[in-house]
Amino acid sequence: MKGKPLVSMVSAGISKFGKNEGLYARELFAEAVKEAFNRCPRLDPKSDIKAMFVGHMGEAYEHQGHTGATTADWSGLLNIPATRTEAACASSGVALRSGIYAVLSGLADVVLVGGVEKMTHRSTAEVTEYLAMASDYPFEQYHGITFPGLYALMARAHMKQYGTNETQLALVATKNHYHGTLNPVAHMQKEISVETVLNSRPVASPLKLYDCSLITDGASCLILTKPELASKFTDAPVNIIGTGQASDTIGLYERASLTSLLAAKLAAKNAYDMSSIKSDKVNIAEVHDCFTIAEIIAYEDLGFCSAGEGGKLVESGETRLDGSIPINTSGGLKAKGHPVGATGTAQAYELYLQLTGQADKRQVKNARIGLSHNVGGSGATATVHIFRSDN
Amino acid sequence: MSNIQPFTIEQFYKFLAQNKLMAGKCKKCGKIHLPPRPLCDKCFSEQFKWLEISGKGRLLTYTLIHIAPVQFQSQAPYAVGIIQLQNGLKLPGMIKDLTQEQLKIGIELKIAFAQCETVQTWPRWPRYWFQPK
Repeated sequence: MKGKPLVSMVSAGISKFGKNEGLYARELFAEAVKEAFNRCPRLDPKSDIKAMFVGHMGEAYEHQGHTGATTADWSGLLNIPATRTEAACASSGVALRSGIYAVLSGLADVVLVGGVEKMTHRSTAEVTEYLAMASDYPFEQYHGITFPGLYALMARAHMKQYGTNETQLALVATKNHYHGTLNPVAHMQKEISVETVLNSRPVASPLKLYDCSLITDGASCLILTKPELASKFTDAPVNIIGTGQASDTIGLYERASLTSLLAAKLAAKNAYDMSSIKSDKVNIAEVHDCFTIAEIIAYEDLGFCSAGEGGKLVESGETRLDGSIPINTSGGLKAKGHPVGATGTAQAYELYLQLTGQADKRQVKNARIGLSHNVGGSGATATVHIFRSDN
Repeated sequence: MSNIQPFTIEQFYKFLAQNKLMAGKCKKCGKIHLPPRPLCDKCFSEQFKWLEISGKGRLLTYTLIHIAPVQFQSQAPYAVGIIQLQNGLKLPGMIKDLTQEQLKIGIELKIAFAQCETVQTWPRWPRYWFQPK
């Protein structure tokens, strides 16, 4: 099993990320699906695709649940088994994982996995409330602890324990905003300065507006198949060679560590072991920067640096596009945007472009191995996937 | 056995209404659960006894919430944190009656209680928060 392709990604699609006024989630999803179909002319969607898994976090946004069937219908894939996966912001990381289960089980040779969220038509207070549903109700939400609040609690603990500072947090934001300017589908396409971040209004101290990812509308999808069938659909598949998923306590307060996400570390270990890849062999990664502190913790949890060194790693510039391990070349959740249900497969979409040499202005040279890290809530779910181009 | 209250979150809040911070202690392996739970996650026992926990503790981490959900908007900005209690237990909550300058990791706090607000439909739980000793 080690290092062997588990499944092959033969196509991928994404909608424009941003404020998509007048579009319903299912319509955004259709936009992503259309791109995936167009990229893969040898695919006959109606006869080839045998199942779909769609990540979607919140029915509150559009008073609409039952997202599996709804998106299948609007994608022209009516009647196939269509399942919604929900794991807060890791909803489509889990959809991807579910698609791998389906293909490996032999029940479905070709699957479509993706995710969607339509958020911007709601007020910030409403979105804050809906997002908080990913945390523990009786002990976090009930006491007014918000989602940015949970990451702020981690940030404060990280700063105290390791001396991480607000400028280092700001550098995550400026890097990802720079990358966002190179990605035509990114929500925010402007560079920002460290001062802009530091002077932005407080959300949950020490996190400020520009430490937070964006409230965004968007959808993304991937088409997966068995490695032995990949050549039927494309000459340039991207193989998934490692998958990991883990869970942790729903309440942040119950965890032994407030400066690291155990679920992410466990998911990473599983994915690394399965693929026989060590962290220093990863060329490029998309990590879950829902808040700037989350990217710093991700560096540490994924082994790109040791615990407590994440702030210094972003300071070194090595995680920028021209660095030794470019992180979030898509702009990340910070600048590309974070339509929560769509994020996990949007990360895989970026890696698909990078590993097939289609990332244009932000193309990382000689990228062969990519990693995606998708976190739900304050870390009660995490998925890690490792991708390899064998072309 | 039948007169022992169930080891549930609902019951945790019922005790709070009596100004008591109560945890469930597993009779088999001794693990203390705060909040209580009906199945021990360490040994799968369903046998517990109630244990009153001191509401005094030390602040592990905190934040000032400026952007609040609808229900809490009128109180913003407000402080919340995670408090280290005895026996390795931790509890999150609001922190009141401190200035921003006084709010520091490591300060000592104690729990305070209030009855439930009648305007709320669900859940009808009392509230707790932490304040200076």
